Amino acid sequence: MTWLLEPDTTTEKLLLMVVAVALFVAVMGLILFLVDRPKRIPAWVVALGFVGVPLLFLAYGLLRPGLITLWQSFFNRNGTEFIGFDNYVTAFTQSQFQHVLVVTAAWVILAPLLSAVIGLAYAVLVDRTRFEKLAKALVFVPMAISMVGASIIWKFVYEFRPDQPGIEQIGLANQVLVWIGLPPQQFLIGQPWNTWFLIVVMIWIQTGFAMTVLSAAIKAIPDDIVEAARLDGLHGMGMFRYITVPSIRPALVVVLTTIAMGTLKAFDIVRTMTGGQFGTQVVANEFYTQAFRQGNQGLAAALAVVLFILVIPIIAYNVRQMRKSEEIR
Amino acid sequence: MTTTPTPGQAVTGELTEQDGPRTPRKLSRMEKRAIATKGKLSSPWASGIAIVIAILWTIPSLGLLVTSFRPEADIRRSGWWTIFTGNAELTMDNYNEALYGNSNDLATFFVNSFVITIPAVLIPISLSLLAAYAFAWIKFPGRNFLFVAVFSLQVVPLQVALVPLLSDYVESNGFFNAVFGADMSGSYWTVWLSHSIFALPLAIFLLHNFMKDIPASLVEAARVDGAGHVKIFFRVLFPLLVPAIASFGIFQFLWVWNDLLVGLTFADPSYRPLTVAVAEMAGTRGGDWYLLSAGAFISMIVPLIVFIALQRYFVRGMLAGAVKG
Repeated sequence: MTWLLEPDTTTEKLLLMVVAVALFVAVMGLILFLVDRPKRIPAWVVALGFVGVPLLFLAYGLLRPGLITLWQSFFNRNGTEFIGFDNYVTAFTQSQFQHVLVVTAAWVILAPLLSAVIGLAYAVLVDRTRFEKLAKALVFVPMAISMVGASIIWKFVYEFRPDQPGIEQIGLANQVLVWIGLPPQQFLIGQPWNTWFLIVVMIWIQTGFAMTVLSAAIKAIPDDIVEAARLDGLHGMGMFRYITVPSIRPALVVVLTTIAMGTLKAFDIVRTMTGGQFGTQVVANEFYTQAFRQGNQGLAAALAVVLFILVIPIIAYNVRQMRKSEEIR
Repeated sequence: MTTTPTPGQAVTGELTEQDGPRTPRKLSRMEKRAIATKGKLSSPWASGIAIVIAILWTIPSLGLLVTSFRPEADIRRSGWWTIFTGNAELTMDNYNEALYGNSNDLATFFVNSFVITIPAVLIPISLSLLAAYAFAWIKFPGRNFLFVAVFSLQVVPLQVALVPLLSDYVESNGFFNAVFGADMSGSYWTVWLSHSIFALPLAIFLLHNFMKDIPASLVEAARVDGAGHVKIFFRVLFPLLVPAIASFGIFQFLWVWNDLLVGLTFADPSYRPLTVAVAEMAGTRGGDWYLLSAGAFISMIVPLIVFIALQRYFVRGMLAGAVKG
């Protein structure tokens, strides 16, 4: 029965998959069957049948590890000695890690803002035109691609060949530079601009999300408001500034905070494109490096906690905005 | 790992049906278009910008797609755009090499991705449905407290739970080994479990919102007829929730298929998903574009098909807040 743990062939793997799903269905079915059996049964027993397994999973897989991480962040690299806040002091004072924090801040500010701006502009521009569906699909497709795939796509765009006679550029970005008469650049190596070229990839992925949500919000603006504003003499930018933007404010907040949180936790792009070299490291990837390459558990735990703390204000802001918009209604 | 609830009211407009009976006085298509054009930013500029954005968002993928079909020597020698000026020899060799080559058989990893993804979608959705039902329709002590607790777990980034969870799988005296009596670390089992756990908070929260939207009178009526909770769940609520389940299912599918962190951390090298294999390829064979381009598209083909076939559900799910970052 080793294939249950170590399947070798494709058939064994697929069989194992079927077995796993069947096992899961059988266990859950049995629990529900037992809970449903007796006539007079206290509500909490029934409830336990429904929420028991999920809560157990969460307690084991999120709550407990989260608390352990918090605890470990106060210990040294292999967890043998209590060192108080030293890991956090390291993360915030050593210039190497300060740089990581600055780069992360650039990501979290630029990626959501630019995705939202471009997504909004595009949504307004293609709204109610003949090609709307196709136009939206084109910008939307990157959302289905993994960040690893997107990184490879863009790494190829940035590909650099030395500027010598007889050597042609094969990356589009450098070829464009050559066409307009400029020397080709090492986009992923030259600091600090290389971080910007990585952020471009995130913007490329997230704009589709921003566009879809904002476009739906724009379409939900009642026609009579638009018409009334038009009768009052609002056109073009005025309409956009005084009608469109205020009406979709809640959706804008959601888009900005969602992308900001996604950006904070994403490490795939940096890892695939530069591996965190050349001053492009971000907190999420530094965490991985410290935990699995440097073997510094204490510092890795502290970085994870920092990541957690950075998410909180974004969520708090989001919840407050949600409350506000509910009060208005 | 997750993101936010959406204030649903703000974004209720259907993306595809523009002329739905939404306003009291229905405007004709012509009138609408007239309003639209009058309200537009100055037109030639507007369409110019839109076209530039559309091109910028398409060209990078197109370039790599074209490259993946060019012979290795051509890729080294000239840019992919030269195929439009005569130099247009195309081949499937790159895909063959990437899928079945000696050093990189992505075909195996493709199977891994598939085997990882299906249970990692089915299991968390079933569990979340049950939990969401209990939180919405069964009265039990501590219900509100537990629901708020689950809700707030959404905030925890995956990274926070990663290392302790992994060490518990590995340690012979950890919880996991105590319960199952076998070292399963690195197998599909722990990968499925991890994906399921990480998906639960958002899934429970969203499905709970959908469950709450179902009229209480329906549930009450079934209860009066003598149906127990299990029966109500399967007979009354489940059929009504199929669209919601579909939209969340697509998200979970894309998220698991495209995931790098969980696969990288929890799976043994031979059970790793495509994303990890392709990322590794980018690290070790960074300049071999004939392999990388084909590899990237092999990893993208399934999500692209799912996405194009089920775009309607995808958009609906996104507007309901089902977005992972």
